[in-house]
Amino acid sequence: MRYSETTASVLLSPPFSGWFAEKGWQPRVHQLELLARAGRGESLLLIAPTGAGKTLAGFLPALTDLARRGKIPPGSPFTGIHTLYISPLKALAVDIERNLMKPVSEMDLPITVETRTGDTPQAKRQRQRLAPPDILLTTPEQVALLIANAEAPRFFKDLKYVIFDELHSLVTSKRGHLLSLGLSRLRQLAPRLSTIGLSATVAEPMELRRWLVGQEAGEERHAGLVIAPGGAKPVITILKSREHVPWSGHSAKYAMPEVYEAIRAHRTTLLFVNTRSQAEILFQELWNINEDTLPIALHHGSLDVGQRRKVEQAMAENRLRAVVATSTLDLGIDWGDVDLVIHVGAPKGASRLAQRIGRANHRMDEPSRAILVPANRFEVMECQAALDANYIGAQDTPPVGEGTLDVLAQHVLGMACAAPFDEDALYREIVSAAPYSGLPREKFRRIVDFVATGGYALKTYERYARIRRTTEGLWRISNPRVAQQYRLNLGTIVEMPMLNVRMVKRGSKGAARRGGASLGKVEEYFLEMLAPGDTFLFSGKVLRFEGIRENECLVSQAFSLDPKVPSYAGGKFPLSTYLAASVRDMLDDPARWGALPEQVRDWLALQRDVSALPRRDELLIETFPRGSRHYMVAYPFEGRLAHQTLGMLLTRRLERAGRRPLGFVATDYSLAVWALDDLGYAFAAGRPALSDLFDEDMLGDDLEAWLDESFMLKRTFRNCAVIAGLIEQRHPGKEKTGRQVTVSADLIYDVLRSHEPDHILLEATRNDAAAGLLDIRRLGDMLLRIKDRITHRRLDRISPLAVPIMLEIGKEPVAGEAQDFLLAEAADELLAEAIGKDPTQDR
Amino acid sequence: MQRLTLASADIQDCGSLSARTAVAGVDAVCDPLGALYLPQTRLLVVSDLHLEKGAAFARRGMMLPPYDTLATLKVLEAAVDRYDPAIVVSLGDNFHDRTGSAHLPEIFRARLTQLARGRDWIWINGNHDPDGVTGLPGQSADELHFAGLAFRHEPSLLSPAGEIAGHLHPLATVIRRGKAVRRACFATDGQRLLMPAFGLMSGGLDLRHKAMTGLFERARLVAHLLGRDRIYSVRFANLIG
Repeated sequence: MRYSETTASVLLSPPFSGWFAEKGWQPRVHQLELLARAGRGESLLLIAPTGAGKTLAGFLPALTDLARRGKIPPGSPFTGIHTLYISPLKALAVDIERNLMKPVSEMDLPITVETRTGDTPQAKRQRQRLAPPDILLTTPEQVALLIANAEAPRFFKDLKYVIFDELHSLVTSKRGHLLSLGLSRLRQLAPRLSTIGLSATVAEPMELRRWLVGQEAGEERHAGLVIAPGGAKPVITILKSREHVPWSGHSAKYAMPEVYEAIRAHRTTLLFVNTRSQAEILFQELWNINEDTLPIALHHGSLDVGQRRKVEQAMAENRLRAVVATSTLDLGIDWGDVDLVIHVGAPKGASRLAQRIGRANHRMDEPSRAILVPANRFEVMECQAALDANYIGAQDTPPVGEGTLDVLAQHVLGMACAAPFDEDALYREIVSAAPYSGLPREKFRRIVDFVATGGYALKTYERYARIRRTTEGLWRISNPRVAQQYRLNLGTIVEMPMLNVRMVKRGSKGAARRGGASLGKVEEYFLEMLAPGDTFLFSGKVLRFEGIRENECLVSQAFSLDPKVPSYAGGKFPLSTYLAASVRDMLDDPARWGALPEQVRDWLALQRDVSALPRRDELLIETFPRGSRHYMVAYPFEGRLAHQTLGMLLTRRLERAGRRPLGFVATDYSLAVWALDDLGYAFAAGRPALSDLFDEDMLGDDLEAWLDESFMLKRTFRNCAVIAGLIEQRHPGKEKTGRQVTVSADLIYDVLRSHEPDHILLEATRNDAAAGLLDIRRLGDMLLRIKDRITHRRLDRISPLAVPIMLEIGKEPVAGEAQDFLLAEAADELLAEAIGKDPTQDR
Repeated sequence: MQRLTLASADIQDCGSLSARTAVAGVDAVCDPLGALYLPQTRLLVVSDLHLEKGAAFARRGMMLPPYDTLATLKVLEAAVDRYDPAIVVSLGDNFHDRTGSAHLPEIFRARLTQLARGRDWIWINGNHDPDGVTGLPGQSADELHFAGLAFRHEPSLLSPAGEIAGHLHPLATVIRRGKAVRRACFATDGQRLLMPAFGLMSGGLDLRHKAMTGLFERARLVAHLLGRDRIYSVRFANLIG
């Protein structure tokens, strides 16, 4: 069936056809197709590029249906909501309300539209429960709250459409798992509802189509698919700089004059970077050369909210010429009249790049313009590989992943808060959600047990149970306080401890310096690495760390342009492994070097002269000293996740061999480990031999042992424990964390691991780590391939190829001997003092 | 959890791994298990056991693991074994909440009773358990003055001389070569000594926290950090940098 003008007149009732005509618009084919099929009750996935009228398409079935229904006469029985729209961002829901009210009021449709987010006042929420709007625009967290309410059946009984905007970003991660469970409950409450998923272009839409509909055992079900034709192909170029492209670094400082020229030549430019620290540096560099004082602003997630809102406002009003931004500006929000996107740094995940380039132009028939600016020579190769592969058109398929157990525990408690539940019935409902379709019954029983009493082998908490079985065999909450606690702690976004950064006068630490400007928030983990006097870059300034006062990080203006601590590395991406492999192939094939700029060819030649080039089926290892440390850099090109796992396992082995490793850092291409001992000498002397160090058997016991004591695993555990409701972030009446309710997740982890290593929450933690952070299969293949093919170069200084990773030196500490070595060193310093003994002894 | 490992390891010969200090002229040994031993009076001090912390949270709806009491008791048994003290002083916050000792499972009560056999056991009251303990051997008291020292839960701002106190759970951070290591510690300037928290599921406060202000003469303050298998003594001024 073709959806042309004639079908349009059939499908679109007069107010709609009239409205389109008045606007001089033609309903698009995909809009009509979606309208026709959804109207027949089909659940659908619409894939459309930015600017294709995706949102209007999503709402058309609901709007036409509601227009047909007409106004509900006063005195009618209670009517629940008709359409639920769910967006990943609060701001997007608000934006959509504005856009949706336009056609509704212009056509004078008898339809009520309201938003409900975390910011909605209590009174309005109360009123919404009593008199629901026809269309409710909301976020996944609000959906979880609404279905955990006793009135949910009434509220949702008339639900006909559920629209998921930006579905490709809603389904990933634990937030998507919780939402899939919420959808499974909505299907129970309104069995006839249809879902409409709106998504940007994805390479493999099958998973999204599965997600949208209820699953049954032994049979995969899928929503229908509607594809809007792509717009004009974006014009992407790599900046061919007249300047010298540096060997290393991420600032792209060299290209700033050319970037600045590009900004001047366009109306509004968006400059995207991969990390917050890069955004800081780039912004500073641009202002250094901003001779015309063009309005250029900075936007990233660590900045003060007020500051961010100001930038967004100015952007929407077209008052800015350029904004330097990180992923906080992602997703399909309309940001004014952008006509150029500049992407500084490696293109990394092609998916993000496509999204960012889509931003440049909301008129589909004009090509978007984008310029890639590689910050160093490695990135030149990566940009070239990305263009060669013509990879930028489609997005990586979003990883939906298997439903996690911590999210399941949260949902089970929520369902008990709604109404007493039958365990078997709830299980059937849950396995209808695609991410949980493979959940074994026994595991579900253990989760219910966990929700009730913590699920411990030692049964001492029966009398404190949060949910109990009634005499009819239904699980119900033991008192109303449980529901109150649930509502306060709902959600899957667990914040890492952050401290406010406040500017004070230099050198002071007393209470006298209140009132300095607040610059934003920084992760506590980062600050633990700083000593007073250290300088670092934040909020566009070089700051001097003065110390920590209660929950604030005090800083002063540093009179230096050269921060000592390289970066505040907030907001790192999970990267695509695709491009890393392409770069390795390019390196190994000098015939392909022709496409690279001369400078980069020179760099590779230099690397070949002073060390060696990594070959496709070999593993190149370099060792060299630098500062008071010794480094090993390996080049496996297997992607950051696999390298991270390798780094953890290697440091364990090195520690066991007594080489005192201190830490490691991984990139998509390489891995650097640093130690107190001379690693080059150790490998040459066979203590340990490299072939033993990289033996495959590390994936056996070492992996197990590492998993059990890793710092990273503790962070993962904290996440799981909060989501699963083992640890509360907030307690009724004590919303501001008091000492009574705070408890260290690390300590709980230690106690649990030594007493009940098979506990369901530890299982959830290991699953999370294995799926998200380890990439073990890939690592195993690599170790097998490079067996007896390791090339070791002992150098007396850093090699050209090693420079990029050396600038990434990270924060993952190594537990164990090296830690105690540092303590011993501090203790030795004490001994070395003139007194030479404990000062409390010399009385 | 390293203390748990340590407690179960061979602990017969450990003299060299502890640190000697003195409080108001009274000799004391800081043991890496987190206990303080006064050899002249054969008195062992532990502080902030926070027994039944998991259960205290479970009563409020957070099902923390029920294993903290057992873990802490094991280390306590190891410490008592090591010194065979005549007197044990538990310096307050012995239980995590007021009803903790009344609800203590029998199996743990029996172990504590066994441990106290043949010695004097003093339970100093803390802010978590101000009403004392029930159903356990020994005596409860708000403070103890003995052998020239004052034993109380919360440090007093009035009389630092010869005070052994708990309550604050001191931690110290050492930064070397760009890496930070944070451990529980004994903190003393020779006049007052703050005990590390003995409870295995207890957190702590850094010595630089404002709650510590005014408690010590900082020039003479030394932190005795609980290392993996020994005490590391670091002067306050040398903790960072």
